[in-house]
Amino acid sequence: MVKGTQSVIRTVEGWGTVFRRKLSAGELGSLPVVLVLAVVWIVFQSLNNNFLSPRNLSNLSVDIVGTGLIAVGIVFVLLLGELDLSVGSISGLAAAVFAVLNVNNGVPEWLALVVAVLAGTVTGAVQGFSFAKTRVPAFVVTLAGLLTWNGLMLYILGTSGTVNLDEGGLLARLTSYYFTNDFAAYGLAAVGAGLVFLVSYQDRRRRKAVGMPHRSLRAIGVRTGVLAVTAFAAAYLLNRFQGLPLALLLFLLVVAGLDVVLRRTHYGRQVYALGSGVEAARRASLNVTRVQTAVLAVSGTMAAVGGLFLASRITSVSQNSGSGVLLLNAIAAAVIGGASLFGGRGTTWNAVLGILVIQSIASGMAITDTPAAVQFIITGGVLFAAVVIDSLSRRSQEAHGRA
Amino acid sequence: MPTPPLLALHGVCKRFGVVEVLSDIELEIRAGQVLALLGDNGAGKSTLVKAISGVTPADKGVIEWEGRAVHIRRPNDARELGIATVYQDLALCGNLDVVGNLFLGREIRRHGFLDEVEMEHRTRHLLQRLTRGIPDLRAPVVSLSSGQRQTVAIARSLLGNPRVILLDEPTAALGFEQTAEVLDLVDELRDRGLGVLLISHNMGDVKALADRAAVLRLGRNNGFFDVNTASQEQIISSITGATENAPRRPAHREAEW
Ligand SMILES: Nc1ncnc2c1ncn2[C@@H]1O[C@H](COP(=O)(O)OP(=O)(O)O)[C@@H](O)[C@H]1O
Ligand SMILES: [Mg+2]
Repeated sequence: MVKGTQSVIRTVEGWGTVFRRKLSAGELGSLPVVLVLAVVWIVFQSLNNNFLSPRNLSNLSVDIVGTGLIAVGIVFVLLLGELDLSVGSISGLAAAVFAVLNVNNGVPEWLALVVAVLAGTVTGAVQGFSFAKTRVPAFVVTLAGLLTWNGLMLYILGTSGTVNLDEGGLLARLTSYYFTNDFAAYGLAAVGAGLVFLVSYQDRRRRKAVGMPHRSLRAIGVRTGVLAVTAFAAAYLLNRFQGLPLALLLFLLVVAGLDVVLRRTHYGRQVYALGSGVEAARRASLNVTRVQTAVLAVSGTMAAVGGLFLASRITSVSQNSGSGVLLLNAIAAAVIGGASLFGGRGTTWNAVLGILVIQSIASGMAITDTPAAVQFIITGGVLFAAVVIDSLSRRSQEAHGRA
Repeated sequence: MPTPPLLALHGVCKRFGVVEVLSDIELEIRAGQVLALLGDNGAGKSTLVKAISGVTPADKGVIEWEGRAVHIRRPNDARELGIATVYQDLALCGNLDVVGNLFLGREIRRHGFLDEVEMEHRTRHLLQRLTRGIPDLRAPVVSLSSGQRQTVAIARSLLGNPRVILLDEPTAALGFEQTAEVLDLVDELRDRGLGVLLISHNMGDVKALADRAAVLRLGRNNGFFDVNTASQEQIISSITGATENAPRRPAHREAEW
């Protein structure tokens, strides 16, 4: 009994130490954005109790996917300490390529999809290579790209104006298909929590075997438990409406997959390394040009994929596809979610959290009939707060180093 | 025939724009010896180190590895020969943690993914040999003290079992105890048969550790000394230019300084 209490106290003390260290080292991580999200949800739920209804949350979970995928690509670019301003135009270009190939020229949907995504990869790679070779900041190269790809899209669309997509087609189903069987959503929640547990447990086992510091079983249990509760609650809500949306499943798979790429592979490590400057990476024999090109290729690809999901949601492509606030929302999502503007810090999950905040505000505003003007002002305020936190934590990190 | 030195430089030149920072440098690094590279600030010591390590390759001249001419055009060329460098500015990635920095560019993989456990294990092992104050291995390097960062940079250079190690002012930012740790390490590396190039402004350390000393002045060789026989005054006057052992430089070059 006493022993149990003591170990609980020690665990809590351990967390306290870690928290204080993270606070002073400027690594608060996702904590601020999770708090913001909680506040947004509580406020809108108290204004209108349809906000947290299964229907609204389910729609929200599909609405975040298009812009969210683009924001995932932005996270890659932010890790380099750069910006990609062309993602909106690339998303529109990809949608136009798909529409013209499939609807106007009868190319099979799967082939048109592949070509559209590759169009994003290629445009991104071209920009990345120019950025790497000319050493002009990426935001300038991609600003040129913004205009160029937008012009190319208008050219491809020609006089078609608005192209309506096949409502029952493959692309449309990306965002309209739901796994109505309850098992799908619960299964995903179980598999997700199970994987996280297995990976942490395996890590602990190997560390323990060689006598290195490792997480306690209790800490792993709590971590997995929190994740499992969240995941099963979400699954329950989704099942109360139409089940697990295919779009959400794909989004989560992409985000988790790219998270593994960034944090667990040689390639990802190089991306992070470039975040603190090119020179140190170069001296460690990294191929800087290749990594920079690849990163912009990833963001171009993600922009194209996101653009196709956005087109799928409204089953049409027009000259306005990829324009407007899309670019700003994608960048804001990555930054609000906690990816650092200064490079080197962030994960793909930051994009998910950030787009959840932005889309929640948009959805809450729509549900409470608030004018768009207010929505922009609030989103702007949240973005500003995120940037300030980013810059403060960076400074506190450096101050820490000088001590 | 005597065994050729591990690394030899002949007639190495380097210019940045119109400024010739290194001209006709001769240098030999021998296995199992510590060569001190001395010179005033701006003499070209760091530039020479970067020429050897492929960061800013030499414009002219021959670099020989065990008597065989080699081309060092990129950092990777030097690394593959077995040359490791601790740069004056350390060249660490501030946002990566200690383990990430040590293994950057040569990560250990397991089933295709980074093997963090193994890398952390080896990092801990290596650092325990080097220092008593092991930093938090998972903290980003920017948040470490400058002494800890220096230790990380040195540990990184030892990782690939190099045969020549270039240390550019490794003790400049260190306190008394850590300086002693680094000097002990240099001694140990020499005993293990590595060739060590040590840049330092501390004549006491040079006298205690180095076997030979090479002096650079205004980008030229200005004397070689056997540290055991040469007097400290001789070496210092060669550093400050009281004795000119190299041909005088042309007048117009003098004017640029
Ligand atoms: N990248 C560079 N471009 C132009 N000049 C440089 C560069 N690097 C070094 N120099 C110049 O070369 C000279 C030698 O510098 P350095 O090798 O750093 O000297 P030391 O390490 O001996 O103090 C200095 O005058 C410095 O200004
Ligand atoms: Mg120097």
